[in-house]
Amino acid sequence: MLTFLVRRVAAGLVLLYVLATTAFAMMSLTGTDAARNIAGTMATPEQITAKRHELGLDRPWISQYGQWLAHAVRGDFGTSWFGGDSVSESLVLKAPVSLSIVVSGLLLATVLSAVLGVAAAVRRGWVDRVVQATAIVGYAVPSFLMALMLSATFAVQLGWLPATGYVPLASSPSGWLRSITLPAVSLAIGAIAATAQQVRGSVIDVLRQDFVRTLRSRGLSERRVLFRHVLRNAAPPALTVLSLQFISLVGGAVVIEKVFGLPGVGSAAVTATVNGDTPLVMGVVVYLVLIVVAVNLLVDLAYGWLNPKVRVR
Amino acid sequence: MTHSATRDTPGTPDSAPGTTRRRGHPLGRLLRHPMAVVCLVLLALIVAASVCAPLLTSAGPTRATLADAFAPPGGGHPLGADSVGRDVLARLLYGGRVSLLGGFIAVAVALLIGVPTGLLAGYYRGRSDAVISWLASLVMAAPAIMVLLVSIAAIGPDTNATMAVLGIILAPGVFRLVRASVTSVREELYVDAARVSGLGDTRIVRRHILPVVQAPTIVQSAQMFGVAVVIQAGIEFLGLGSAGQASWGAMLNDAFANLYTKPSLLVAPGLAIVITVAALGLLANALRDALLETGAPAARRPGRPGAARPSALPAGGDDSLLAVENLRVTYPARDGERTVVDGVSLTVRRGEVVGLVGESGSGKGQTAFAILGLLPPEGRSEADRLSFDGRDLRGLGRKERNALRGCRVAYVPQEPMSNLDPAFRIGTQLIDPMRRHLKVTAREAREKALGLLERVGIAEPERVYHAYPHQISGGMAQRVLIAGAVSCDPDLLIADEPTTALDVTVQADVLDLLREFQQERRMGLILVTHNFGVVADICDRVVVMRTGQVVETAPAGRLFAEPRHEYTRMLLDSTLEDAPPRAPLRQAPATGTSLQEKV
Repeated sequence: MLTFLVRRVAAGLVLLYVLATTAFAMMSLTGTDAARNIAGTMATPEQITAKRHELGLDRPWISQYGQWLAHAVRGDFGTSWFGGDSVSESLVLKAPVSLSIVVSGLLLATVLSAVLGVAAAVRRGWVDRVVQATAIVGYAVPSFLMALMLSATFAVQLGWLPATGYVPLASSPSGWLRSITLPAVSLAIGAIAATAQQVRGSVIDVLRQDFVRTLRSRGLSERRVLFRHVLRNAAPPALTVLSLQFISLVGGAVVIEKVFGLPGVGSAAVTATVNGDTPLVMGVVVYLVLIVVAVNLLVDLAYGWLNPKVRVR
Repeated sequence: MTHSATRDTPGTPDSAPGTTRRRGHPLGRLLRHPMAVVCLVLLALIVAASVCAPLLTSAGPTRATLADAFAPPGGGHPLGADSVGRDVLARLLYGGRVSLLGGFIAVAVALLIGVPTGLLAGYYRGRSDAVISWLASLVMAAPAIMVLLVSIAAIGPDTNATMAVLGIILAPGVFRLVRASVTSVREELYVDAARVSGLGDTRIVRRHILPVVQAPTIVQSAQMFGVAVVIQAGIEFLGLGSAGQASWGAMLNDAFANLYTKPSLLVAPGLAIVITVAALGLLANALRDALLETGAPAARRPGRPGAARPSALPAGGDDSLLAVENLRVTYPARDGERTVVDGVSLTVRRGEVVGLVGESGSGKGQTAFAILGLLPPEGRSEADRLSFDGRDLRGLGRKERNALRGCRVAYVPQEPMSNLDPAFRIGTQLIDPMRRHLKVTAREAREKALGLLERVGIAEPERVYHAYPHQISGGMAQRVLIAGAVSCDPDLLIADEPTTALDVTVQADVLDLLREFQQERRMGLILVTHNFGVVADICDRVVVMRTGQVVETAPAGRLFAEPRHEYTRMLLDSTLEDAPPRAPLRQAPATGTSLQEKV
């Protein structure tokens, strides 16, 4: 198990390295002229050259990259070319905002899709049709459109929840919950649609297995058969979908943050993208890849827990 | 084809074969699908409206007339005007062009990259496959939003370029699908035959492989198109699309900026996106049904297993442990109903071993499941009488039935490996029913389970107790299942072909074990089998079944000495060692429903 984990972590680091390098190459080789953007439209050619020199943009690509890498491995991602503040510090400040809505959205999606998926698989009939219809809605309504509609209804018209802004958990738990409810729900709906479908499918598959009939023949209660045995065996494929959903929620959060005016990594990423702010973009790249690697690692661990065949090997 | 053992398919009866085959041209099939037609018409309208935008409106999509800001629908602006007085209808129509073009670019790029690489990797395999697969997994691992943001930062805000990048992100999905399809066809014999007959690779790919790849790729393209429209709207909503062009995402952005003053601006672009994407998604579903014919079973209302017509006959009344009269089991079929058990009656007395004999498809397994109340949800059973130890089993609720099952009536399945839950240790699976039925502590249950494991002849009970099902052999698994079945001292044991899946050497041991338990505890035993050797070994009485009906019931000795029914004679003949094993059966006069294909 340990060697397995070490291998997975190593694979994650390789992925991080390859993607960061590719991103850096794209930014440096074709990037918009950041020096010109920073210096402003009124700047003289000399001022731009000076700015370019100051940022190290006049040096060869490989040297810029080497410098970035040398600092990055020590956790130093430089300073933003535009705000001038430390990239790592601002990401550490902003990550909790983004993760709050993504993780709550995912939890919501997990619980609801499990309930809906199992209900659809066991009861069929109208529950099943509702779940099927939700899947189409979840596919066809982009999460940010859902966010706009929820915001227009529950924040603007009804005034039940705040339309914008973020309250840190530490300063007011209830305020935090209110500030992330609409964003998390908007994110969750799409994920519920996809995951409930998967849960439904795998529960139906497991219910057809021989061992389920044998468990029933032993007189175990239906609830125990369903929630202990069937769910446990149906979980791995659902988990895969859930992990993919998590990653797409991180992407969806970028747009959701804008709708709800949340100061998260996504908003920073959009600004950095528009400006061509390489250090900040690279910081966001590392943050995103780390999330992907971490999620995949967690999923691997969960697989091991759920499926003894994986664990023993 | 091979001489593998004949087996009943337990649970779901064989699905009606040969009924869902290709019918007509794929396009024809698609057009018979009402949902597909609706989606195609909708999409055609959207395309036509976008293409004919200049004909449908004279207003320009980007021409702002500040005096018209927030103009209500009507007059010069059929759908009103936005915050700077641009015509909503014009923006909607011209925006459709942007969305459709973007979706087209993304799908085209994904196909251009994914299809050739998938063909290459799937057809030639080897090193090129390894390299491309690795690259594909790399691109798939990169979060899409990251790739899009970095590329926008690098290339600048250009909607079409961004959609091309999205195509690259989607390409590994196409690659995997194509590769998987090619790999599966490649294994088919006709591809080998084509190669042997000297067809070149190009022709093999064109004639045999492309047709198979086509359908799933079309389905996936429709899905990708929808995804592309959504992502494009998101990019434009963020203000990262091409500047100065009307698009649905930009319209949503304007609506968002005026959410407090004019939320109704959300409606037009929102509906446009949802209708387009929903049509694409539903079309993909319809295409899948029409082209791939997955034949997804329609959701059926679950039947109530064991539910039966109320009957005036009193339950019980004689010394029989189990009494079954006129049992019928039916499954819904395309043309009404299919009867798999038709009027079976049998009795089992305490301490008696009854063999339930017949070929595959004779309904013997279904009879056993109906008695246990373990038919699959779509199966229905009814009987004039179904009583166990004087209790009517027909009207029992779930709870009462569960109290009886495992405790007084137990079941030994046919296929040992698939009948243990792979996710739980064997010990846990043995303990659970004991704790439930015998109300013993965990420790007592554990002691009892270890004792049982030893009793069924497992050399290292402690190890097996802690093992997972995949860590033990089939023979051991069957012993474990027998231990589980007898753990609560049942009065009746129903064993469904308990030896069929086992090695010949283990078969005798398992039979002996069942016999020992049966005699030791004076259990009634129903032994479902197709094997007369087994019957001769341990059965007191034999019920011979054919196509759902009982053809003969007799004491074992008499049955072997003077079989009365012709079918029994044939079954017996076919098991004689020097007779050709199956030939006589084929010549049997077919009465009623024909025998199912066997072996």
